[in-house]
Amino acid sequence: MELQGEHMAVQAKVKDIIVDQLGVDPEKVKLESKFIEDLGADSLDIVELVMAMEEEFDIEIPDEDAEKLKTVNDVQSYLVSKGKA
Amino acid sequence: MDLKGKNIFITGGSRGIGAAIVKKCAELGARVAFTYSSAEAQAQAVLSSLPGTGHMTLKMNVTNKEEVDSGSAKVIEAFGDIHGVVNNAGITKDQLLLRMKDEDFDAVLKANLYGTFYVSKAFAKNLLKTRNASVVNISSVIGSAGNAGQSNYAASKAGLEGFTRSLALELGSRNIRINAVAPGYIKSDMTEALSEDQLKYFSEKIPLGRAGEPAEVAQTVAFLLSDASSYITGQTLHVNGGLYLN
Repeated sequence: MELQGEHMAVQAKVKDIIVDQLGVDPEKVKLESKFIEDLGADSLDIVELVMAMEEEFDIEIPDEDAEKLKTVNDVQSYLVSKGKA
Repeated sequence: MDLKGKNIFITGGSRGIGAAIVKKCAELGARVAFTYSSAEAQAQAVLSSLPGTGHMTLKMNVTNKEEVDSGSAKVIEAFGDIHGVVNNAGITKDQLLLRMKDEDFDAVLKANLYGTFYVSKAFAKNLLKTRNASVVNISSVIGSAGNAGQSNYAASKAGLEGFTRSLALELGSRNIRINAVAPGYIKSDMTEALSEDQLKYFSEKIPLGRAGEPAEVAQTVAFLLSDASSYITGQTLHVNGGLYLN
């Protein structure tokens, strides 16, 4: 149960970062949302988003991994795979 | 025009144009960190002459990426946000093409172009966060005009200006401005290495009839670092007394 709570907290943090970086309405940020197509991000936004995730979760996301993070769910799954969520 | 509240990083600040830029920025109220490659005593002398407090100097070979990364991290740790970066460190190794060694070409490209790339990249994340920053790359009239015996130097400076324009396009949306300043014939250690013939040629070609002073370049750089130039990006400002007009 505790893990579950932690998982939710990470999801909330990820959402906060996305809302903050992209300046989008929190309601629009869904798991399947694509950063570029759905949330209006440009290439520099993606770089900044990755930077913010690295800082928040204290990890290094290599470029080859960052390129694959296209949706909100991609980011959350990635953090789970790195033991951050 | 002032630079109050701005933290500025300058490469090659121990002498010549770089030292004049360091002094000008400090006079205008900035907190300055500047590098030197070998002239430690001169760097310390510049540091102790600066008005204001909190300035620092550090040894950095800009051609060494690891040294750039560790040095820039130290500056960011000490200063926090960086609002201005001046890529000034540069070298010449003049020779006619027929006699130019590969090492001479490499060394000039490494210092003038790769050095600027390494330093810009090392500070890019920090600059992005400030949402109001200015990078000034010190080019040269030779990058536009060319000069016999300086094909390596001309290539490095022309490359630097293309780099400047590209970065301006990449980072403009975050209010980060990238410009170049192209000095002409300015009194410095570097121009003292020019031959008599070259000096005579330049003097006759300058409409203002004299060589420039490092301080005259420094005030242009300070303008581009300041909010007084808030709508200027991707440009090369020529400071050359009319030596080259385009």
